[in-house]
Amino acid sequence: MSDQNVDKGKRGFLIGATGVVGGIAAAATALPFAGSMLPSERAKAAGAPVEVDISKLEPGEMKIVEWRGKPVWIVNRTKEMLEGITKSEANVSDPKSNEPLQPEYAKNEYRSIKPEIAVIEGVCSHLGCSPQFKSVEAKGEMGMEWNGGFFCPCHGSKFDFAGRVFAGSPAPVNLRVPPYKFVGDGKVIIGDDSKEA
Amino acid sequence: MAAAEKQPVTITCAGPLNGVASGLLTWVDQRFPLMSSWRDHLAEYYAPKNFNFWYYFGSLAMFVLVLQIVTGIFLTMNYKPDATQAFASVEYIMRDVWGGWIIRYLHSTGASAFFICVYLHMFRGLMYGSYRKPRELVWIFGMLIYLCLMAEAFFGYLLPWGQMSYWGAQVIINLFASVPVIGPDLSEWIRGDFVVSDATLNRFFAFHVIAIPLVLLGLVAAHILALHEVGSNNPDGVEIKANKGADGHPVDGIPFHPYYTVKDTLGVVVFLMVFSIIMFFLPEGGGYFLEYNNFIPADPLKTPPHIAPVWYFTPFYSILRAVPPMFNSQFPGVIAMGVSTLIFFLLPWLDRSPVKSIRYKGPLFRAALTIFVVVFLILGYLGTEPTNVWGQFGAWLGNADRATVVARIGTIVYFLFFVLMPWYSTIDKCKPVPERVTW
Ligand code: HEM
Ligand code: FES
Repeated sequence: MSDQNVDKGKRGFLIGATGVVGGIAAAATALPFAGSMLPSERAKAAGAPVEVDISKLEPGEMKIVEWRGKPVWIVNRTKEMLEGITKSEANVSDPKSNEPLQPEYAKNEYRSIKPEIAVIEGVCSHLGCSPQFKSVEAKGEMGMEWNGGFFCPCHGSKFDFAGRVFAGSPAPVNLRVPPYKFVGDGKVIIGDDSKEA
Repeated sequence: MAAAEKQPVTITCAGPLNGVASGLLTWVDQRFPLMSSWRDHLAEYYAPKNFNFWYYFGSLAMFVLVLQIVTGIFLTMNYKPDATQAFASVEYIMRDVWGGWIIRYLHSTGASAFFICVYLHMFRGLMYGSYRKPRELVWIFGMLIYLCLMAEAFFGYLLPWGQMSYWGAQVIINLFASVPVIGPDLSEWIRGDFVVSDATLNRFFAFHVIAIPLVLLGLVAAHILALHEVGSNNPDGVEIKANKGADGHPVDGIPFHPYYTVKDTLGVVVFLMVFSIIMFFLPEGGGYFLEYNNFIPADPLKTPPHIAPVWYFTPFYSILRAVPPMFNSQFPGVIAMGVSTLIFFLLPWLDRSPVKSIRYKGPLFRAALTIFVVVFLILGYLGTEPTNVWGQFGAWLGNADRATVVARIGTIVYFLFFVLMPWYSTIDKCKPVPERVTW
């Protein structure tokens, strides 16, 4: 075949058309591979609510439970701890909990249903480490005006006992409050806040 | 033995056998470029005759790559990529598998040795301008190898499923969650779950033992092919191909084989001596090669009191921590960390100096490189420590952590080294470059 007889336009069209159709086919083929890496149906179903007995939780005590693979803290806050939250008001970056990181019923000063019982996801809003409980006595080590709260060992974020982040921490926002509700006999259900019992 | 040593050296290949061998060679050669590859890449690949100490680390890196692959294959025979069994299977390898501990320590210490070789190899490039034209692609393939290596080490570190494995992966994957808009979905897709879990471990295993090593091997081949296309640089930064003798070979070049095969073998022997000492007497590198917290099984409910990446990631980790959150987001820090590794890709175009090698570069470039290395080491050290290691400044600086302030200054200097390079490399007072290589 000599070059003179080549229909360049037609050749270009055929190359283009083959490229486009082949490209679509390749993208469609990539889909199941990329999709297979998403959380599976089993992983999605694993998030069942957990029921916790808090009747024996002493004032000032904290309990860590696992919900959806994450730590959830339940703290029975003393009067002193609640006062600490009020005192920290001026130093936290979102005192009114304007970021939607809590259910509507926990959008209040103590970020909880009952003032003394705190239910907070123990997952740092920075990069997901689990902060540590630091009482008021840890003042010296915290190197600031400290009224008690949580300290993240990974990059030093600080939170008060309502899980509100102190300004200047690497963590940008407050800790998350999961949906929860109280049921009879001092029990709390985490991951379910539906009205019916 | 003594008698054997006195034997004269004889060629063991008898005549007829030799004939068969060369016949076979011809047969193969007519079907496969065996002898021509041998000539092109070894016997007649002319390398500059003035290679020095810094030229050991390329071949050493290749040696360690083979070591990682071989030890990795044998670890895989006993390791279980399952969140309920992984930690115990590594302990099983250490205690109950014959020779298991040595294979595991070879692999875990090998990872650190790999990075030591690669960092020294890259520093050589910085000193002698090996990234400059016509070796830009050699440099770019090298950088891609480095990125793959970081990915490989990151995926591998999750496998023993210790506390550091778990929380390290948690933090790094969450970096992706800070990408605007798609972030949270992206990190979920990487994990395959809402938290780091069995699904994450399983896919990291797939990446670690097959996907990344395959890419790595391909890139190493490309790196070598690109190098052999343009020829090696040398400590003088003189192009030896510009000066060829009557035989058509560079007058300052010597055949790679036998000269450098012998030299590199010596390098491997010395490396193995040093490596064995570390392997047998200091396999955990004092907590730097294998972190102590990784001997505690992963606990998703409790972060260890101090978490830090393995030493080879810490300069970049320091940069991540140094950048404060902006607009309620950690993303700027993540960008800074990403750019701090990727910016090396641009070196061939940032360096405008008329000379390649540090030997002939002026005081400005020498000072800049020295400061850069010091800053890199300081950032690396700070990344292994909590941000309050050096205490706090007084109220005049808002009680800021000293280490954080130093890391911030270091981060700025780190980037200035690159950003200002087009300027200081242009105005620098360079020395004249000789015609021929020196010693
Ligand atoms: C290419 C360079 C490689 C690097 C830098 C590397 C790095 C690492 C690191 C840092 C660990 C965790 C070390 C520990 O705590 O013990 C690890 C574990 C592991 N690697 Fe690799 N690796 C490489 C290649 C390979 C290959 C090619 C394979 C398999 C064919 C492999 C198989 C494994 C296995 C099974 C483990 C888990 C066992 C253990 O933790 O000791 N690796 N790797
Ligand atoms: S993960 Fe808590 S401060 Fe970074």
